Amino acid sequence: MTDVLRLPLRLIVLAFATVVIQQAAVSQISIFGVSADLSPLVVMSVGLLAGSLPGAIMGFGTGLLVDTVLVQTLGVTSLLYIAIGYWSGRLRELRDPAHGLVPLVLGAAATATAGIGMTLIQVLLGVDSPVSFLLIQQIVVTVLVNTLIALPVYTIVRRLIQPALPDDPRRRRRRAYTTGGLSPLQRPSQRLGPIPRSSR
Amino acid sequence: MHNKQVRRRRALLAALVGVSLILLTAYFGESPNSPLHTVQRGIVEVLSPVQEGASKVLKPVRDIAGWFSSTLHAKSQRDQLRKQVASLLKQVDQLRVAQIENSQLSREVGLDQSIGISAYRAVGAHVIWRDPTLWYATVEVDKGAVDGVHRDDPVVGDGALVGKVSTVGANFAIVTLITDHSFAVAARVLDQNGDTGVLVPAVGNPKQLLLQYLQKPADLQTGPQPGQQVVTAGFKSGPLDSLYPAGIPIGSVSNANENVLLNSGQVQVAPAADLPHLDSVQILTSPQAGNQRAQLP
Repeated sequence: MTDVLRLPLRLIVLAFATVVIQQAAVSQISIFGVSADLSPLVVMSVGLLAGSLPGAIMGFGTGLLVDTVLVQTLGVTSLLYIAIGYWSGRLRELRDPAHGLVPLVLGAAATATAGIGMTLIQVLLGVDSPVSFLLIQQIVVTVLVNTLIALPVYTIVRRLIQPALPDDPRRRRRRAYTTGGLSPLQRPSQRLGPIPRSSR
Repeated sequence: MHNKQVRRRRALLAALVGVSLILLTAYFGESPNSPLHTVQRGIVEVLSPVQEGASKVLKPVRDIAGWFSSTLHAKSQRDQLRKQVASLLKQVDQLRVAQIENSQLSREVGLDQSIGISAYRAVGAHVIWRDPTLWYATVEVDKGAVDGVHRDDPVVGDGALVGKVSTVGANFAIVTLITDHSFAVAARVLDQNGDTGVLVPAVGNPKQLLLQYLQKPADLQTGPQPGQQVVTAGFKSGPLDSLYPAGIPIGSVSNANENVLLNSGQVQVAPAADLPHLDSVQILTSPQAGNQRAQLP
């Protein structure tokens, strides 16, 4: 398998597995009256790890798959997930956040975007039935539940797609600094360890 | 080089958004037999064995989570059920007498029995997939056209109405639940007047339905009261049948505020079926081929 195809293939498998696990198991488990939603978290994680273009493409593909298998209006979920994947990727490209809790905050933002965006689109398309104020409560609880699982989901996605990602010079440099290899703040003796007596 | 990358990124993003909008517009304006719908059904058809397999493989995960959830609520549910049993036992005796009387009178006046539930054939089905979004309350079941299931067939589970079939493939069917925003059914409150209205969901609150367009009661005491059962009304007008046979339980009146009832003609109804935890359902397949079936609204 060529290096060019490694990432797309992994993303296709990841999108398919996400949708299957979501619909067959996760959506049937109720926590505080709502179900966790893995798909926006996975799209956010891909954007954060791989960048804006893979994030947007993953968002489009996952959204289209969700709409297709659930026999919903095609294009609605794609539109929302494109935004989630793209902006997660742009955040990585522009700020390169290194804090460990970034996926947690982005997971909450991605779920809120999906919930509020879906509500807006449905209202624009027309709703026949009265809408309860509890919808807001349900969106908030879903955001909280998804926030709790955002870090594990991000870790799993990173493990799956990291080997297929091209090595990023900025990350390699940061990794080297944090492990003490290339920091300009250290003396050569600190970097290399103590000089043996025989060579003095 | 950098500008080229930026242009490429923007062009691809615009293309993805454009394709999504085109799909949305085309799908929204099309009929259920249009090419996009057909392709969508075809893909679901191909994926349905995978869905069924995944559902079976992941059942232990669901069961464990369900066990924790059930255990947490077991005590409060037990107390509620004890109260319900006590009140239902009283009703059973009264209803037995009424049933005998009803069947005798129906025979005497020659009432049409074809809109009753007994005229339907029930097909048992397992829920294999569930829609997780707040806006679409649908489930997928493992029975389809080859089992005699048709579009718009009513679906019952937990001894109550849970929805209707909205899409049918050869080996699968999508069931739109009564809490989906597109659902509506003619329903009757089992009170002294037999008040009839249209039952619709309250989007965002899966534990509540609204019975609308009720007539203002002359005496509030004889109108809908909390705890009274709500069933499908069922009707037959010439060649037009209701989608739903008469008398299927839907739920019970949970709140009948006097002001709301008098001003808006609506009461709140709690569904009887445990919709978030449905594992199996029964699809009531159409009894009389050739008859047209009507739907509200």
